[in-house]
Amino acid sequence: MKEQAPALIIAIPLLISFINIPVGLLRRSLCYPLTIIATFSCLYLSFIIADTVINSGNISYRLGGWEPPWGIEYAIDHLNAYMLIIVSLVSFVVSVYSKKSIEKELAREKIIYFYTIYLLLVAGLLGILATGDLFNLFVFLEIASLAGYALVAIGDKRAPLATFNYIIMGTIGACFYLLGVGYLYIVTGSLNIADLTKLLPPLYHSRVVLVAFAFFIVGVAIKIALFPLHTWLPDAYTHAPSTVSAFVAATMTKVGAYAMIRIMFTVFEPSFSLETLPTTEILGWVASAAMMFGCIMALAQNDLKRMLAYILVAEVGYIVMGVSVGNREGFTGSVLHILNDSFMMVSLFLITGAIMYKEGHRNINNLFSLHKKMPITMGCFIIAAISMVGVPPTAGFFSKWYLILGAIDAQKWFFVAFLLLSSLMVAVAFFRIIQSTFFKPSENHNAHEEPLRDEVPFSMLLPIVVITVSLLIIGFLSGQIIDSLIQHTVPKGF
Amino acid sequence: MDTMDFIIGKYNYWIYIVLMMIGFYAMIAKNNFAKKIVGMNIFQTAIILFFISTASKTGGATIPIIKSEHLAAGAQAITAPQYLNPLPHVLMLTAIVVMVSTFGVALAVLMMLYRKYRTLEEDEIMAILKMEKD
Repeated sequence: MKEQAPALIIAIPLLISFINIPVGLLRRSLCYPLTIIATFSCLYLSFIIADTVINSGNISYRLGGWEPPWGIEYAIDHLNAYMLIIVSLVSFVVSVYSKKSIEKELAREKIIYFYTIYLLLVAGLLGILATGDLFNLFVFLEIASLAGYALVAIGDKRAPLATFNYIIMGTIGACFYLLGVGYLYIVTGSLNIADLTKLLPPLYHSRVVLVAFAFFIVGVAIKIALFPLHTWLPDAYTHAPSTVSAFVAATMTKVGAYAMIRIMFTVFEPSFSLETLPTTEILGWVASAAMMFGCIMALAQNDLKRMLAYILVAEVGYIVMGVSVGNREGFTGSVLHILNDSFMMVSLFLITGAIMYKEGHRNINNLFSLHKKMPITMGCFIIAAISMVGVPPTAGFFSKWYLILGAIDAQKWFFVAFLLLSSLMVAVAFFRIIQSTFFKPSENHNAHEEPLRDEVPFSMLLPIVVITVSLLIIGFLSGQIIDSLIQHTVPKGF
Repeated sequence: MDTMDFIIGKYNYWIYIVLMMIGFYAMIAKNNFAKKIVGMNIFQTAIILFFISTASKTGGATIPIIKSEHLAAGAQAITAPQYLNPLPHVLMLTAIVVMVSTFGVALAVLMMLYRKYRTLEEDEIMAILKMEKD
């Protein structure tokens, strides 16, 4: 079992997603426990994998026994193991939450297919993280994206239009990635990442390799919604069902950021990405623009979910900025921020889903005295919000601290200024919500009556509380997380 | 003359670039959503052409499963210049599956859009959305 874990972690959600349909047609109520079983076994396997990687080094799993570089290899090092834990943990938490929220937001007959596609998405994302083969990565990227399109499309009445734009943009991104794979294949004849690392250095000045690199970066930048290629994201994530927004916002962009890090620092050597081309310089400025733009747009929104989507655009900027400064602190900050941001995003989107569940809307200006109605949910909201702003001792503080250290170390003072300024704007955005929920008097004439306490069902409340408390725990344990996993992910030469 | 050779000698790559640009243009500039999807399909097909072109070889290369009978027994039956690289073809089989499913999902979304707005023109849908907002 331990040896087969890298294959099982993808096979289990994939198989159960298909079993879901016949089982669900017989008994609809079985879909939910099946999904929980699948995501929980992914979580368990991801911990086994991480344990193996930490204690006995990197895993190289040969599919069908074919040796790399001919066969498909699942190569797992510290970065993969770390990302696998994040994605499977988030998928487990969201699947626990999904039951009541989905029953409220979707038609009954769609629930079976929701769980099927949800597990497909999980399988696709875990596949991207486990594989050590560039073309295999493309296939998993498309499995995840197609499942993502379908999940976004079942949202509210504006969802089809948003999905259409998402499909067009996503396909361009995937095709650019595929072209990059093709160009690398022409010059090296290999698709295996570890093999390419060895074959590429003598070819770094070949124009084909440069074009391949450009295609990769632009393709992945579309997938992670890096400004100015973010246009699909706010619409798609606003109009998707709450559960879907929470999962997709927390994982899709982060897995894309993983793919970007892999391509920049494993397929190509850090020296190529940092020195041969001005990629990191450009990415750094683009990321700064993303931070500013995302936060400014977030301030202008009245829809809570849309505001979070724009903050996500800014958060992608943070991650890319940390990678682009090209030093140890910045990279550590980025990788830590992938974890923190996916937890903060999942927490905030789940809380938005809870507000939707009880209030039926998510207009920031109409959330009167929610703290009396839903004290636990709103308490979690405050913790997640201050973590997003970056107040110690919450998780968000530590990753931003490393990001700023990295920018200072690289003497990019503008980036430091942009980082602080955008954190300030995030603070303003969240205090706007806190002001309107906690302090604004209700326009309702019965304001003298105390609103009754009315929390969401336990199966929705528990995931919110667990993930928010874990934000504090990650904050306290961030030193240990860096020691045991993240410091091994920093590429050589930093 | 050199430029002519460059263009004619690599005509399949030129076709791939032209096809890709046609698809790209349709995706960006067309007002009709169905045309955008067709553009997306052309764009993807261009990539298939590109991959298949990379596998081709001049000088009588054939498909790998046919063994050459001219070689003496004991000599290596197949050497690399004698067969086309099969891997890009196999990759494209997978990519075609991916493309067909993308096309299918896009068509399904297109049907949702049509049922909702009774039109597929982008400007008309935008006008409807604006009216809904007011």
